[in-house]
Amino acid sequence: MTHDFRLSRRAALLGAGAALAAPAIRPSLAQAAPIRVGVLHSLSGTMAISETALRDTVLMMIEWQNARGGILGRRLEPVVVDPASNWPLFAEKARELLQVSRVDVTFGCWTSVSRKSVLPVFEELNGLLFYPVQYEGEEESRNIFYTGAAPNQQAIPAVEYLMSADGGGARRIALLGTDYVYPRTTNRILRAFLNSKGIADADIMEEYTPFGHSDWQGIVSRVKRFAGEGKKTAIVSTINGDANVPFYRELGNQGIRAEDIPSVAFSVGEEELAGIDTRPLVGHLAAWNYFMSVQSPANTEFLNLWRAYIRNPRRVTNDPMEATLVGFRMWAQAVAQAGTTGVDAVRTAMYGQKVDAPSGFTLEMHRNHHLSKPVMIGEVQADGQFNIVWRTPGPIVAENWSPFIPENANRRRG
Amino acid sequence: MTRIFLFILLLAAALPARAQDPFLSALPGLGGGFGAQAEAVERLGALGDPRAIPLLRALGDGRLLRRADGTLLVRDGATLTEAATGTTAEAGTPEPARININNRVRVALRGALGRLQLVSPDPAERLTAAEGVLRSRSAENVPLLEAALARETVPRIRSRMELALGASRLVATDPDAKRAGIATLGASASPEARSVLLEARAQNPDLLPEIEAAVAAIDRRLAIRRGVETVFQGLSLGSVLLLAALGLAITFGVMGVINMAHGEFVMLGAYTTFVVQEICRGIPWLLPWSLPLSIPAAFLVTALAGGAMERGLIRHLYGRPLETLLLTFGVGMMIQQAVRLGFGAQNREVLSPSWMQGTILLPMDIPLTQNRLWILLFSLVVLGLVVLAIRFTRFGLEMRAVTQRRAIASSMGIRTGRVDALTFAFGSGIAGIAGVALSQIDNVSPNLGTGYIIDSFLVVVFGGVGSLAGTLVGAMGLGLVNKLLEPWAGAVLAKVFVLVAAMIFIQRRPRGLFAQKGRAAEA
Repeated sequence: MTHDFRLSRRAALLGAGAALAAPAIRPSLAQAAPIRVGVLHSLSGTMAISETALRDTVLMMIEWQNARGGILGRRLEPVVVDPASNWPLFAEKARELLQVSRVDVTFGCWTSVSRKSVLPVFEELNGLLFYPVQYEGEEESRNIFYTGAAPNQQAIPAVEYLMSADGGGARRIALLGTDYVYPRTTNRILRAFLNSKGIADADIMEEYTPFGHSDWQGIVSRVKRFAGEGKKTAIVSTINGDANVPFYRELGNQGIRAEDIPSVAFSVGEEELAGIDTRPLVGHLAAWNYFMSVQSPANTEFLNLWRAYIRNPRRVTNDPMEATLVGFRMWAQAVAQAGTTGVDAVRTAMYGQKVDAPSGFTLEMHRNHHLSKPVMIGEVQADGQFNIVWRTPGPIVAENWSPFIPENANRRRG
Repeated sequence: MTRIFLFILLLAAALPARAQDPFLSALPGLGGGFGAQAEAVERLGALGDPRAIPLLRALGDGRLLRRADGTLLVRDGATLTEAATGTTAEAGTPEPARININNRVRVALRGALGRLQLVSPDPAERLTAAEGVLRSRSAENVPLLEAALARETVPRIRSRMELALGASRLVATDPDAKRAGIATLGASASPEARSVLLEARAQNPDLLPEIEAAVAAIDRRLAIRRGVETVFQGLSLGSVLLLAALGLAITFGVMGVINMAHGEFVMLGAYTTFVVQEICRGIPWLLPWSLPLSIPAAFLVTALAGGAMERGLIRHLYGRPLETLLLTFGVGMMIQQAVRLGFGAQNREVLSPSWMQGTILLPMDIPLTQNRLWILLFSLVVLGLVVLAIRFTRFGLEMRAVTQRRAIASSMGIRTGRVDALTFAFGSGIAGIAGVALSQIDNVSPNLGTGYIIDSFLVVVFGGVGSLAGTLVGAMGLGLVNKLLEPWAGAVLAKVFVLVAAMIFIQRRPRGLFAQKGRAAEA
């Protein structure tokens, strides 16, 4: 049973209107106890830059759902907490949500380290977490649904594109990343993948920097030197949030154009580009499963809904926001289908749920708790948007246990 | 514009009539897939037909449109012209769609435009053209480049053209031409030339010794260049540290206040830059000056904030360092969250003026990034001004008097409370100025300051508390050591090494590099 996500413009306005009129519709829905939705995103600290938009997306979707009568005749009620970009605090706040606020579902986390921190809590208390960000894989919890990309849905297709004729035919790859679990695991997978494609270790450069690194002069000049060995070179960046602006500025200032050394990023989206002058960066790439520039009816509705909700006609959307929306829609469908918010029943109902996503494809939740997703490669434009230059013909199934990590050979795939 | 147009007309008239056909037949490819586009661009470049120049430029800038029936239009402001005929056209319905390109097409465009513009009247275009031809490497470029070189007079463009000629000769078939090409490339200090030579190695086994020798010659020059670059990068990192630490050298170094909110004052300075820029946006002629205007504005804003904090809170806690530390830490978090609420958690975009973008080339093609160079100079100027203020003004004299012997200064009629407030405001104002500079290289986000607070304390303690010379030497020293270590150890370990080294150093010399002596040291 698939609900059509496409909503009319009127419904979008209705959703926005409902925000203002919320007190008025409350009585009609308030007869049954509300369904409580936990929101576990950092609203202060380093990650606030990325995560506040996700909190707003969840709140927007709650309003949207309430405007359509809630679920099972029950109103949805958000419970927002602020784990403040502090990884141990994520676990504490998760426990608080599950035990004190008794939430039925939680949407939250961005960094892998925060997800690793809350995972034991959700497993111990049998909670339900929707995690909306692309990540390194190597995980599958029965209490988490992963609506972002696994490495085979983002990193590997992106590198394949760089090596193709359209992508410039790169034969030397510089892997640059922030020093934590996501870049290190992703780069381990990529190195094995590149080796399997006949690229020797001598043609791979790997460098890590601390969080929030701002002095990229040395690394960028080393990449330039690395590129001067007579083979087409490309950069694969797993640089996280904050450090990206100085990195791209340095690329621009040292005159590295996308025609010479293209770079593909896995953590840079429309939100991050909003703080950069993108004119020197035209042609650099990002790989995601959704871009704001996608032309689809569902995306138009998403944009209208979002801009009406945030009351800013220029606010951008990005991939993790879309993943949040898809996760929320699937959860709402699963609850309606199961007839209860009980975690075990909802989990079973989640398998096989389908949503017409803003990316223009129908996405399905598989038994490995991951979505099938389309992969898209976009080039940065002068206006801070992405021009999609390549995409998979359809959604591809997630391989959360990467075949390029030798330890996974013994693992049962299912 | 008219000059280019005339130039085009002239050349078009000189062409034989049948040359038009290949031009027209290449056009539809521009509206095809990326592969077809790249091919069409290369064909147009090879034709040497100057009518292609505005078309190719339009394609590169996203001004080339395609109607549903396949005709191509060039948009120039509000006017549309038909690509094939050059006549004015109407948009019509449905709206013509913009033709998108990708990197593959951009590479082809650069080469094609390069060939077409080698004899352009504009020197900047000729330079870009030479760069483009250097990278596209085709034997057909040799006669074009020879002709262009014969009339080129600007030395910098000549040297790029010679390199391009060398690179193009290398892919020719004549072995003598190849040798000449290798010699030209080997005489340069260009990484591109090195790259071209290495690429040619596989195809020319008989020329291997010449190629190896040329590469080795380039490597020698590049090694010197790398050394200069590393030193510059170290000094540049040092100048950032110096700017960040200078305000702290006053509030902590001179007054002894452990100010954990120092980073937030830096951040306030960066946000002031953003606000000034937004105000200047309304007044177009003022926009290029927004950055210089931000310097006094940021100083005032943060000095006021600092003065208010000293009068309102810190003065009640003099002599109680632990409480001051906790208090200022709390104030810092409040400022950070207030900015986050006021401006949002997203980064704010502070534009770089054009004179701060790109690189300038020293002799031997040593590249210096302009923004870093300006910040280096700026940090030294700010340091100079601070030294002048402390040494040669009445305020500086009173400040030194109060920090050295408060009781005696007070009995001489100096209002010590007022001097404390002014000193703290002065230090905070300097932090704000640092924020203006940092807005050019870092994120303008509420977290801007947190990244610099540890480094700032490290610089001040390492250099010697209370000594501006120590702050200068400390900042530059730490910057240089960091950059010298980075290539071997990587960015993460280099930072760890620097911290460990600084710890050991401070163990040995608790008073830092430039230890204060005499009365100041006992105060």
